Formats: sequence, structure tokens, C-alpha cells
Amino acid sequence: MKKHLSLIATIAIFVLMVAGASLHYKGFFSFGVFLNLLRDNAFLGVAAVGMTFVILSGGIDLSVGGMIGFTSILLGVLITKHHFHPAAAIGLSVAIGTAIGTSMGYVISAFDLPPFLVTLACMFLTRGLALVISPDTIAIDHPWYDAVSSAKTALPLIFLTVLAVGLYIAHARPFGRAVYAIGGNADSAALMGLPVGKTKIKIYAISGLCSSIGGVLLTFYMSSGDPNAGRMLELDAIAAVVIGGTLLSGGVGSLVGTLFGVLILGVIQTAITFQGNINSWWTKIVTGILLFGFILLQKVFQLRKTDS
Amino acid sequence: MGGPLIVSSALLEMRGIDKSFPGVKALDSVDFTLRSGEIHALMGENGAGKSTLIKVLTGVFPKDGGSIALEGKLIHPRTPLHAQTLGISTVYQEVNLVPTLSVAENIFLGREPTRFGSIQWRRMKAASEQALAKLDIQINVGRLLSSYSIAIQQMVAIARAVEIEAQVLVLDEPTSSLDKDEVRQLFAVMQKLKSQGLGILFVSHFLDQVFEVSDRITILRNGRLVGERQTSSITRLQLVSMMIGKSEDEVAVMASHNVRDLPTATGEPFLTATGLTKRGSVGPVDLQVRKGEVVGLAGLLGSGRTETAQIIFGVEHPDQGTIHVEGQPVRISNPRKAIRLGFGFLSEDRKMAGIIPNLSIRENIVLALQANRGWLRKISQRQQQELADRYIKALKIATPDADKPISQLSGGNQQKVLLARWLASQPKLLILDEPTRGVDVGAKAEIEGLVYQMCADGMAILFISSELDELLRDSSRLVVMRDRKKVGELSGDRLNSAELMNTIAAGGNER
Repeated sequence: MKKHLSLIATIAIFVLMVAGASLHYKGFFSFGVFLNLLRDNAFLGVAAVGMTFVILSGGIDLSVGGMIGFTSILLGVLITKHHFHPAAAIGLSVAIGTAIGTSMGYVISAFDLPPFLVTLACMFLTRGLALVISPDTIAIDHPWYDAVSSAKTALPLIFLTVLAVGLYIAHARPFGRAVYAIGGNADSAALMGLPVGKTKIKIYAISGLCSSIGGVLLTFYMSSGDPNAGRMLELDAIAAVVIGGTLLSGGVGSLVGTLFGVLILGVIQTAITFQGNINSWWTKIVTGILLFGFILLQKVFQLRKTDS
Repeated sequence: MGGPLIVSSALLEMRGIDKSFPGVKALDSVDFTLRSGEIHALMGENGAGKSTLIKVLTGVFPKDGGSIALEGKLIHPRTPLHAQTLGISTVYQEVNLVPTLSVAENIFLGREPTRFGSIQWRRMKAASEQALAKLDIQINVGRLLSSYSIAIQQMVAIARAVEIEAQVLVLDEPTSSLDKDEVRQLFAVMQKLKSQGLGILFVSHFLDQVFEVSDRITILRNGRLVGERQTSSITRLQLVSMMIGKSEDEVAVMASHNVRDLPTATGEPFLTATGLTKRGSVGPVDLQVRKGEVVGLAGLLGSGRTETAQIIFGVEHPDQGTIHVEGQPVRISNPRKAIRLGFGFLSEDRKMAGIIPNLSIRENIVLALQANRGWLRKISQRQQQELADRYIKALKIATPDADKPISQLSGGNQQKVLLARWLASQPKLLILDEPTRGVDVGAKAEIEGLVYQMCADGMAILFISSELDELLRDSSRLVVMRDRKKVGELSGDRLNSAELMNTIAAGGNER
């Protein structure tokens, strides 16, 4: 029960926000709005799944946004300029994203470097690469692409599938337990004989995979490749994970929480769109306040725990 | 495995093990032999090389030279995991588990039972319950490890090691956080595992326990092998003299001081605490410490001793009660205030509340003094150096120089640095919370000698220890706690182990 206290708090806030918005705005409480919520935030959600693994292990990945921009523009160039079939282009760019993530993981574990710095370097690297590939947005015009992006349920389904696979890995596979263990106490995990290095490499590989899938989803959503796509998205992803109840210090948290973290960010945005007459940057302010509230809440939980 | 196990056959043979660290030769051609079905104690003072030998065996450190053979086959443990797969499991001094995972997950981490790659949670829980039942422990294995006491966590660590079906089980100070009954339980388990043919390597600072449970003893000193003896053929005095490299006569003379002979023990009261109570934690406690007096705080693990000390030092805040220092009422709202009043606190947990691992020995020593003077009045480099050198010499801290990071020292030496830190700030009241825990015999005698010296110099000392012998030896007066309350006070003729046991057990009826 205690274990799930902060998850319960997250879900409660989500329910309260939806209830409040539904009472206030006519037509807010509908399947269509909910589906759009998932669709609009699918790319963020998928990136946040990868980020959850990273944060659970006590790390951080700042390269998410750069990776999304890089994947996005790579797809645009491959499909529109080099006439790749979208499936092949997607396969190639996701493979490259995963490879970049794997290399980050290797550098972090082999040289025992702080993930913050390694992924920061990678953030510049990927964003730079994206802008070198093409400084301008490239429209993607392909019947296969149009078909996917016009299907309303495609993006939500991909997001939920990634989430389900993530949940399975986190809770049913020994690898998932190793991620929690490393975040809980890395020294102990090593002494208990867990393959800490290999696990870290896999964690950043997963994050690379997720953020490049996020990049792919964004191209479906925008029907174009954009080297500037996903700017600061890593911070949104971190916010979603933390609001979802995962401790930034690692070891505690869940992907279910991350789902609700993403949904909460989405609801704020949708509600402000419904309001119509206020500046959309208010989304950021509300996110900031919520985030602050959650950090305080977690501190309270921790204090209560050490007291008992 | 297979084949009948022959008791006394060499299971593990370590020959000529060498290991150096920058500036220190930690192991110098050390031999160690472990037989199947024996409990083999590894003894030596802190810094003698016990931990290093164990870490070489379990693949934490690579060895510089020598060979390790398990059942006659040469092995080269590269990592703890590799050592585990070879059949060598370890339970370390500090509980090395993951507090944020459940008990069951901790027992099976890295070797979860799986089916098609998925963890079989139900099987894992059942097997965990079984593994703990073997140690006579019944707890909810689905709950977080951190929700249980250190003692239970330790048992979980042992259950994990046993579950690996090891041939060699290394227990590094497993008893230092267990109470008497738990130690008994552990020994029963060790005997059982021994009868199943396991070789157990046991490290402990408690001589009683070593004599009680081990079949054979290997003694190290300064990284060298002193000898291997059968436990039944060696006396306690012989063992200690081998460990510290002094003759038996010298050992017998050590620690024969007695604070009760000091004339200062009747000095005026320094600290008077009345009716200290913190809801759900401790109280009520009345306590007085005079100048030049050692007041021992006795009681079982969890009886509220540490909590009382923490309230006095301002770490915790009482709901009720008053504290007077030299007759003046004071409110101690945080440790800084306590330090300004002239208090010092040597805490039980060196790692959590004591040492700052990345700072040098010198910096660790001057820390409290500097805090006391305020950060604006900086102690000069030269003064710092003098202070550090003086205490390194006085406390016999084993280090080539004062600028080594404290993290490179052994546990006992770290403890001495912490003691030096408080001594340097010249406190009027020093609270010692388990100052000799995890410290070897030689250093223990030295620390006890220091307590005597400080007391003779007129310092007031509040002394907390789980070892009743030590308390009886070193205290002018004993305050006895049970169930988080003060239940009695012993002084004069009543300071003997029979009275103390009675008071701890019966408690409360008489004052």
C-alpha cells in the first residue's frame, strides 16, 4: 500500500483534473478528446517510457529531444529526397537511434561517467547532426505515410503497445528487476552479482530506441521531418516521469505512473486549449507548479517513512 | 557436485596471495585453506588484510600474485557474480541488499526463477519463504526490505547466499548488528550448513563467538599470515597475542584501568536531563552526567539508547523534558547548538553520520573544531597539520600521512579519526555511541584507554555500548534502558553483570 502511495496520488490528481475540466468545459469528457489526448502526446509518451527506465536506474537522458529531431529529419530526407520506402527508412533510423543509445550506455558504464554529461554531449551531437542533414523542414508525402497518419488510432495504439512492452520488461523480466536494483543501490547490486555494466548499456539502448520511435511518431503527426523537432522534449519527459511518481534518485517508481504523468501534462494542455482565451504558455506554468508540488509530496513521503 | 564429501578435504586453497594498493602492501604472500564441512574464522586487527583477502577471493579486487584453487581446480574470480557462479557466496559486513525492493526480490535478484523468460513471482515468493524458514524466520516476503530491521535484513542476506547453493560461504562480520537470540539462530544455521559439507569462512570481532562456533582459526597481521590453529588447541590470550603481535603478558596487562578509581568521578554535574520524552521514540529518561565521569547507557538493541543520545545532541527534538547544562536551562534545537555548548557526538554509524569519505584525514579531523570557531576564522594550514599529526600519533592511526583520503583507512582507523575530530574541538561532554563496534581488540583497548584518559582530564562522557563487559569495565555509573524507557541506575557495588542482567530483564521495579 505504502509502496503505491505516490502512484495513487498521481492517479487521483489525473482524475480530479479530468473531472474538473469535464464539469467546466462542455464536451471535454468524450472518447474523441481522450483519443486525441493520447494521439497528441504519443511521441512524448514513448520517449517517457524510455526515460522511466533511465531514471529508475538512477540515471538521466538529456539526448531525447535531440534524438527526436535527428530521427525526424533523417526520415524526411530518406523518404522524400532518397525515395526510401517509409518502412525501410523507419527501420534504419530507429536502428541508428538505438545504436546511439547503446553507445551512450557503453561510454557511461565502461568509463564510469556521469550520465548527465554523456547524454548532454549526445544532445548537442544529435541536434547538430539533424541540422547538418537539413536545416529546413522537409515535407513527407507518401501514400503509406498518409494512411497511417490519418488513422486516428494508429499513434495511440503504438504508444500503448510500447508502454505494454515496457511494463512487461520492467515487471516480468529479470532485466527489469536489475534496473530497479541498480537504482536502489548500485554498489549492492554489483556485489550481489548483477551485471551492472551490461544492464546500463541496455537501459540507454532502450532510451535511444524509445526516443527514436518518438521521433518517428512525430513525423506521422506532423507529416514532415523537422531538425528542430523535440526541442526541450527531454525535460517534458523527465517532468512526466517525476509527476508519475518515479524518484529521480532511482529505484522507486513505475511505468503506470509515467502513463498518468504524460496524461496529466496532456490534460493541462487540452484544458487550456478548451479555454481558448488564455495564452497557451500557461501550460508550462501549470506544469511547473505541479512538478514542484510532486517533489514536495515525495519529500513528505520520505520523511514519513524515516519517521516510522 | 556429486560424490561423498570427505570432511577435512581441502575445499579451497589460496596460496601466496599478494595484493598491493598505492603505498600499502595489503597482502604479502598469504596462504589460506578451507576444508569442506568446517567453520573457519579469519582473525586479525583492522588493516590486517582480512577484508582484502575476502575481496580477492570473491572477485572484487584482482590479485597481484598467488593462486586460488577450488576442489583442486585453479580459479580466477573476476567479479562477485563470477565468484558466485564458481560457488563462492558472500554476506558482507554492511547489509549489501537493495532496500527499495521486496525481500523475495532481494533473495533471488539475478537468478529469478523464470518461465519463457518471465519471472515466476509465485514460485519466487514460495522459495523465499522456504529459504527464510530454514533460518526460522517468518516474514512477509512481499514487503520492502527497508521495512524490516537491520537484523532481519542480515538474515535475508544470508538466506540469499545460502540459496545460491554455494560451496564456500563467506560471512564478513555477520553478527555485528544481531542481538543474542539472532546470533544463536545464525550459529544454528551455520552448523547446519557445515554438516551439509559447506565450507564457511567466518570473520568476526567477537572473540566469544569465534571460540564458540569455529573449528579452525587463521590469523593475519599487517597483511601477513601469522598462523593457522585449531580452535580447541588455542587459548584466548594466545589468539589475541598472535593478532596484535604482543606477548601474552603484555596483553593481560592491557585495559586494566578502571575509571571508578578516579577521584574526579564526584565532580559537579555537567548535564542534567529530566523527563526527556519523544512520543513513539523514547522516554521518559532522567539522566545526569558529572564532570570526570563516564555514564554508561545500557540496554538491548532498540531499547532507546541511541535515541536518547540523539535528543541530547539536538538531532531529535523531545516533546517533553528539560536539559540543564552546568545548571543553566538550555534548548538544544540542532547539533550546531550542541557543539557550541561543548558537546561532541561520536556516532554509531561511521558511514552515515561520521566520515566524509572524499576529504583527507586532516580535513576530517579539523572539521568539528572549524565548525565550532565559525567558517570565517579559518584554521591555518600549519595549525591543521600540527593538530592532525598530533592525533595521528596519539591515537596510533595507521596511515603514512595526514593527507590520504579517509576512505582508504580501515574501519577501526576511521573510528579513531572521528574520535580525534571531537577531541580536537575539546568538548566538555562527549557522547560515544558504540565507539568500538566493528573495531578490533587492539584498537578497542586503545579506545578504552583514551576514554579513561579523557575522563581523568575532567571530561564528562556518555558511553553507549551493546557489549555489557565493556560497559561494566568503563563506566562510573550505568543508566539502564528497556522498551525505550529508563528502568534503573546502577553504581558502586551494584555495578556487576548479574545486577545489570537483572535490571535489563526485570527492570522498573526498583530504582
